[in-house]
Amino acid sequence: MAMTKSANGTAQRRIRYSAAARRKGSRRQVNTLPLVSPSVIVLFLWMIVPLGMTIYFSLIRYNLQNPFLTGFAGIENYEYLLTDPALWTAMWNTLILVGSVLVITVVCGTLLAVLFDAEFYGRGIARLLVIAPFFVMPTVSALVWKNLLMHPINGVFSSLLRGIGLEPIDWFADAPLLSIIIIVSWQWIPFAFLILLTAIQSLDNEQKEAARMDGAGPVSMFFFIILPHLSRALSVVIMIEMIFLLTIFAEIFVTTAGGPGLATTNLPFLIYARALLDSDVGGASAGGIIAVVLANIVAIFLVRAVARNLDQ
Amino acid sequence: MTKQHQDKLMITGLAWFVAVVIFFPLFWMLLTGFKTETEAVTTPPSLFFAPTLENYEEVMRRADYFKFAWNSIFISGVATLVSLMLAVPAAYAMAFFPTKRTKSTLLWMLSTKMLPPVGVLMPIFLLFRDMGLQDTQIGLIIVYALMNLPIVVWMLYTFFKEVPREILEAGRMDGALPKDELYHLLVPLSLPGIASTALLSIILCWNEAFWSLFLTTSDATPLTAFIASFSSPQGLFWAKLSAASTMAIAPILVFGWMSQKQLVRGLTFGAVK
Amino acid sequence: MSKCSKTNKWGDIDMGKRFTAAFASALLAGTALAQAETITIATVNNGDMIIMQALSGAFEAAHPDITLDWVVLEENVLRQRVTTDIATGSGQFDVMTIGTYEVPIWAQQDWLVPLETLPADYDLDDVLAPVRDGLSYDGTLYALPFYAESTMLYYRTDLFQAAGIEVVDQPTYEQVRDWAAAVHDPANDVYGICLRGKPGWGENMAFLSTMVNTFGGQWFDMDWNPTIDSPEWREAIGFYVDLLNSYGPPGASSNGFNENLALFSTGKCAMWIDATVAAGMLSNPDQSQVVDTLGFTATPIAVTPKGSHWLWSWALAIPASSDAQDAALEFISWATSKEYIQLVGAERGWVSVPPGTRASTYANPEYQAAAPFAQFVLDAIQTTDPIDNTLNPSPYTGIQYVGIPGFQAIGTQVGQMIAAALTGQMSLDEALESAQRSTERTMRQAGYLR
Repeated sequence: MAMTKSANGTAQRRIRYSAAARRKGSRRQVNTLPLVSPSVIVLFLWMIVPLGMTIYFSLIRYNLQNPFLTGFAGIENYEYLLTDPALWTAMWNTLILVGSVLVITVVCGTLLAVLFDAEFYGRGIARLLVIAPFFVMPTVSALVWKNLLMHPINGVFSSLLRGIGLEPIDWFADAPLLSIIIIVSWQWIPFAFLILLTAIQSLDNEQKEAARMDGAGPVSMFFFIILPHLSRALSVVIMIEMIFLLTIFAEIFVTTAGGPGLATTNLPFLIYARALLDSDVGGASAGGIIAVVLANIVAIFLVRAVARNLDQ
Repeated sequence: MTKQHQDKLMITGLAWFVAVVIFFPLFWMLLTGFKTETEAVTTPPSLFFAPTLENYEEVMRRADYFKFAWNSIFISGVATLVSLMLAVPAAYAMAFFPTKRTKSTLLWMLSTKMLPPVGVLMPIFLLFRDMGLQDTQIGLIIVYALMNLPIVVWMLYTFFKEVPREILEAGRMDGALPKDELYHLLVPLSLPGIASTALLSIILCWNEAFWSLFLTTSDATPLTAFIASFSSPQGLFWAKLSAASTMAIAPILVFGWMSQKQLVRGLTFGAVK
Repeated sequence: MSKCSKTNKWGDIDMGKRFTAAFASALLAGTALAQAETITIATVNNGDMIIMQALSGAFEAAHPDITLDWVVLEENVLRQRVTTDIATGSGQFDVMTIGTYEVPIWAQQDWLVPLETLPADYDLDDVLAPVRDGLSYDGTLYALPFYAESTMLYYRTDLFQAAGIEVVDQPTYEQVRDWAAAVHDPANDVYGICLRGKPGWGENMAFLSTMVNTFGGQWFDMDWNPTIDSPEWREAIGFYVDLLNSYGPPGASSNGFNENLALFSTGKCAMWIDATVAAGMLSNPDQSQVVDTLGFTATPIAVTPKGSHWLWSWALAIPASSDAQDAALEFISWATSKEYIQLVGAERGWVSVPPGTRASTYANPEYQAAAPFAQFVLDAIQTTDPIDNTLNPSPYTGIQYVGIPGFQAIGTQVGQMIAAALTGQMSLDEALESAQRSTERTMRQAGYLR
């Protein structure tokens, strides 16, 4: 892996160098500003205007249902939020949720991709079935899981358990966070699967054959040939999923509404509860700003680590 | 029976088992939509029953499905076009003329997506009110185009980087301007990648369920709002909910299935290679 | 005279909006006049409202110049949607479906149009007094009741007969526990009692507030200090947790009104304490498998009958930001009229008419024949008193809620804690303790406590 990386890097440098030389040679200065700036400007506006307003709201007393609460609040909203034990629980839940879904989807996605790389009867149709959950809107999949599958009385799971003589599980009461993790993983496994399958299929057959000639068994094939080849695809999966998993909301809203207690309250849901259940725009805005700060920390550490892998 | 053949049969069995398990929730939803409400809640659940269309009729009676579906199609389609139009030039510049700031610009763009939408609900809501964008297709198109822009730019960037530079340079030698280079060389060359980016963007727009509920009322409501009028009503609702859910996801599912080859071809070309 | 002053008050609201929206509204005003008026109606996806939507063709036929545009959403989404809309003066809706909780609070903010001139044949005196009072603020009516409800205890006569239980007219919670123990039969998918467990101020806390009331507790003392850590709360909630864990269905912590209705109507609960509006649904053979074995009696009490059963009404109101107020008034007076109730009776059967609003409905022999529970429900509604609602004096109005703006937040937080106690994620003491603390925090932030 290190080999390919540095080889790639050299190639990259060479191209960059030649492109620079060419540009100089043809004496054509390309002004990239008009190309990049529309995107950057609209995105910047899309970010800065709401952000500015959010910062402003986070410093005043602003409650939708209670117009009598007004005036400059200073850091009151932040103080209130940061001393709220719910905030730390919510952050912890966010971490657990993102982390476990990432692990589950990456592991299951890789195994599935290896399985579907092999030839078998009806592969095309089976693949359609596996990727289907990705096209389903989060609200619908949460409703289906909650009402048709995990319902403790009418649900399919409880019927299955009863069929083999076991007590049905009351999913959203006994294992609320796990239930959410299962639902979200089900939605995202197809994504990981699709990307990783594509990556595996782009692996040279010759390379595989050569390894097989050298006497590599399926297990060592997987660890020494396939897995290194997947590192870039894995980075893509992790980065994209992380972006969406950090803002998981609909699944929680539909199934547990953050409960019981705070068991499934993540950061987006906490902000939602402040903004729309409490109608406390000031407090919710403070929460939003904290989320922005967190997002940037994540961006700096995790995304950067992943992105380095992508940039080779 | 040869060993190879045996292996293939075993893999077939295993893969199909996994596929059926993963697809089961959707299959069950489809099935429940054709049951009567009473059948839908019988325990143990019935696999064999006389299918009925009454749930679909009831759903159609209560909501103008085609209005919602059209809004979903139109808004997802146009929003995707808009974000592509913004993103193609940006990704082109970033891929072929990188500067010191390119990488951090990309990262910054992606980080804007990590903010939960509800955190900026009030500002956006007030801005939309004052600009008269509430309950308009345009309003939702703007939000969706911007919402997906970072992902779209990033994906196109990875695709463009895979285009052999020599081809573009050859074109440049022939005197192609950057504009021609972009539209006559790069775009045709990376069409599979652009197509799969568009597919992903359409799927993300279709399934977005937060802004669509808060920024629309009745004229511009997409299918996510349609679902919100059937989730947890009074009494027995499982069969009707299943029917409505099936109707809400059917178009995008069929679309996704039909274009999955395209999606895969595009992905092979770019980010994951 | 009062009307004049109201108009001035709306003017003030408009002033605030005008700075930002003057240009847009000036543009819109020119085009809006030309066409027939469209009114946008936001409503909940409850059975009675779905019937209203289905029958609204009759209204449109009688008013060719008015077009109705329906926005039907589930309750939680609807509530947030209309709250953001009205609080920001967006004017997306012309008619909103709101409850007795919102009406006085919103009326106080001048967000609703006062309903002072109703059509001559509306017969406001026919509307039950507690319901009318619940939808008024400062003696002025701000919303028209679509249906109204109190609570009652439903039970299955066949199961009770088999267990040899005699049901009394006014049961106590102790009796209810004994009955639940006697009829609980989980092996056959029949659970002793179903109660609300889904967290939310309008879900588990609506029921639990009445339970706390009758156990002698209350939300706040006269100085607005929360009293959730009091012995009365402990006893009431402890009783509830114990009852539901011993004789309730699995998954009780995610059951709200709708879920329990589905369970009871498919014969899976032996008892259920909930809104009287369910009586009509449970007596409708299209929706219920227990029509012939449905029994009912009064909501149980414990220490005091005060506040033991609630009063709620879903009502139609016109936001002050609506630009089609006259047409909206036409519509809401039609949808809550005697004429509409007649229409539902003729089209859908009398058992399906919206209950709890008009004396004339209850005087109607056809309704009495179709709904054996009619008199009972009427009595339950008429014996509610949102002011004198607790054993000891309290500073607030409302039986199953507290009529202050912050209560949705408080109720939902406390509801979450109690759901956690129900599922065993927290002990009862922990749950009440943290509920008390979070309520204190919220009240302090809202300026009630120093």
